[in-house]
Amino acid sequence: MSVTLKRQVEPVRHVNVDMTTKLGSLTVSDPVFTASGCAAAGQEVGQYNDLTAIGGVVTKSIQLNARAGRATPRMAETPSGMLNSIGLQGPGIDVFINRDLAWLEEHGVTAVVSIAGHTVEEYGKLAGKLRGKPVGMIEVNISCPNVEDRGQVFACDKSAAASVIQAVRRAAPPSQPIFAKLSPDVTDIVEIAKACVDAGANGLSLINTTLGMVIDTVTMRPLLAGVTGGLSGPAIRPLALRCVWQVHQALPEIPLFGIGGIRTGNDALEFILAGASAVQVGTVIFHDPGAPARVSRELREALAARGMDRLEQAIGLAHRAPELVVPELPDPPGDVPEADADAAEAPAVVVAETDGDALAEDWWEDQDA
Amino acid sequence: MGIQVKGEVLNVKPIGEYYSMTVVAPGVAELTRPGQFVAVAVGGEGGGMLLRRAFSIYSVRETGVYGGTVEFIFSVAGRGTAWLAAQRPYDPIDVVGPLGKPFALPREPANCLLVGGGYGAAPLFMLADALRTRGCRIDAVLGASTGDRLFGALDAKRMAASVAFTTDDGTYGEKGRVSDVLPEVIDRVKADVVYACGPMAMLQAVQAVASAAYDGAGIPTQLSVEESMACGIGVCMTCVLPIIGNDGQTRMSRSCADGPVFSGDRIRWDALGTVPDDAVGATQ
Repeated sequence: MSVTLKRQVEPVRHVNVDMTTKLGSLTVSDPVFTASGCAAAGQEVGQYNDLTAIGGVVTKSIQLNARAGRATPRMAETPSGMLNSIGLQGPGIDVFINRDLAWLEEHGVTAVVSIAGHTVEEYGKLAGKLRGKPVGMIEVNISCPNVEDRGQVFACDKSAAASVIQAVRRAAPPSQPIFAKLSPDVTDIVEIAKACVDAGANGLSLINTTLGMVIDTVTMRPLLAGVTGGLSGPAIRPLALRCVWQVHQALPEIPLFGIGGIRTGNDALEFILAGASAVQVGTVIFHDPGAPARVSRELREALAARGMDRLEQAIGLAHRAPELVVPELPDPPGDVPEADADAAEAPAVVVAETDGDALAEDWWEDQDA
Repeated sequence: MGIQVKGEVLNVKPIGEYYSMTVVAPGVAELTRPGQFVAVAVGGEGGGMLLRRAFSIYSVRETGVYGGTVEFIFSVAGRGTAWLAAQRPYDPIDVVGPLGKPFALPREPANCLLVGGGYGAAPLFMLADALRTRGCRIDAVLGASTGDRLFGALDAKRMAASVAFTTDDGTYGEKGRVSDVLPEVIDRVKADVVYACGPMAMLQAVQAVASAAYDGAGIPTQLSVEESMACGIGVCMTCVLPIIGNDGQTRMSRSCADGPVFSGDRIRWDALGTVPDDAVGATQ
């Protein structure tokens, strides 16, 4: 692959970038989605964003039955992030299909339905309920305790994770894209990723929140009613980016959602460059309800500023071999004749396969000297 | 439904123990009804504080030299509110509002008793204006821990036929809680309805008095609750409390989108801070 990159990153006035991306058999015209649990089922966030102009909405994880969730306090602000311990409050799959999914379809919004269960069987039933419904993709939230295995989280065990994905794969139509959303709280995320893909996942969502806690120094007790909570927001962005990088490196053909503290178009670009085919904007919606549409716009501008006309050119680009770039020295004043000033624009840098011998051996100082 | 406005600070001024901030936020003022709130981003662009701070709207001006403005009252309680207090005129500020369900207003003229605790009294003044234009009689009870923490005493005297003040330490008005004087005031002013805003413990006491009024006949209440919020727009599910719905079932409802104003008889006072066993979807 050869991509012409502009050395200088300048704001561009006319932005014409093809933002189309493929997530398994789902092709969308924009790579920015809302993240699960951060946009409910779209109605509220739709007041601040044109949800048909972004990739779509990943709904809050839905379970078979209505669930009241945990007691309060459910939330704590942390440096550049927050902890939440909601307990998957929700109306249950039937109300969700009739009310929320219907709303998304009526408004032309691509729905990625996040499902959560506490047994392998529950996940299968949920996928079965979604057959024939207007669902662009099923995202399987496997960061739930498995009641059949002493509450061990599915996402932290490769065979449990694989069992869930197999059950969903069997229950869903073969054409239905299925992504597994992985937890970063594992020793080797690549191992879990491979197990999910082998079990039939078409792609992976990286990452879910990472477990944390806050202690209230006044009461001298854990601040959250649930004691621990999921940490999200820009605080976990480097961790999320590392996961995307590692999984893309191991499974370069598998489409990935990059998720974790994305606040700006540049943040989104980092995930795309690390290997994500699309991104989800989550906690930052609480700070800026218009963030999904803004991030989409900023990402488009960021790609254009780098001389790209298709999003796909940027996917995984950070994995290419480092090229040798000779730093540009500023021109001495008066050195460039007036008439040639326009012609002396920043030259484009061509990134191409190199055989690594751009500099001759004798260019280097003798190390033994 | 709220709108997001990249506004500008018009002024910040101390009022007793509190601060008032007025923000130029065109569009928000025109939409605001009494009891609604704004959610304000704190800490500046790229700052480490992600969650918006929610404040009841104290007053709005739809037109003016600067365009529509919104005023809210706050107390410095942490880093976010300290940042707000340090803002100066012309500083940019990002406001989402108006949010939440406003106070319900009576169809016919009625005797309305307004009860405020500390700076929780802030939304009651817009409410009083709306009630007065409907021909309602207004009386008020304002309470706080100390005299410095009473908010809007002068405003209250102007707008209400009568005002009772209470402070915990007796530095202003009667020594005690608003709920101590409430039974006598309800009878004296022949209150038809109580509107209240303040800490949850105060609201619970107000509800107890109101439901026992007139020898147990009780009068309706409209209470604006305080719960900590993350988003303010109804998506994060952190500000929930157990509320009895029209169908008689208890649900964990969002104080930002389903409230902050609730009818007092719909709040499960017995189960605040918990998920009651009979709530829809409670795990047994």
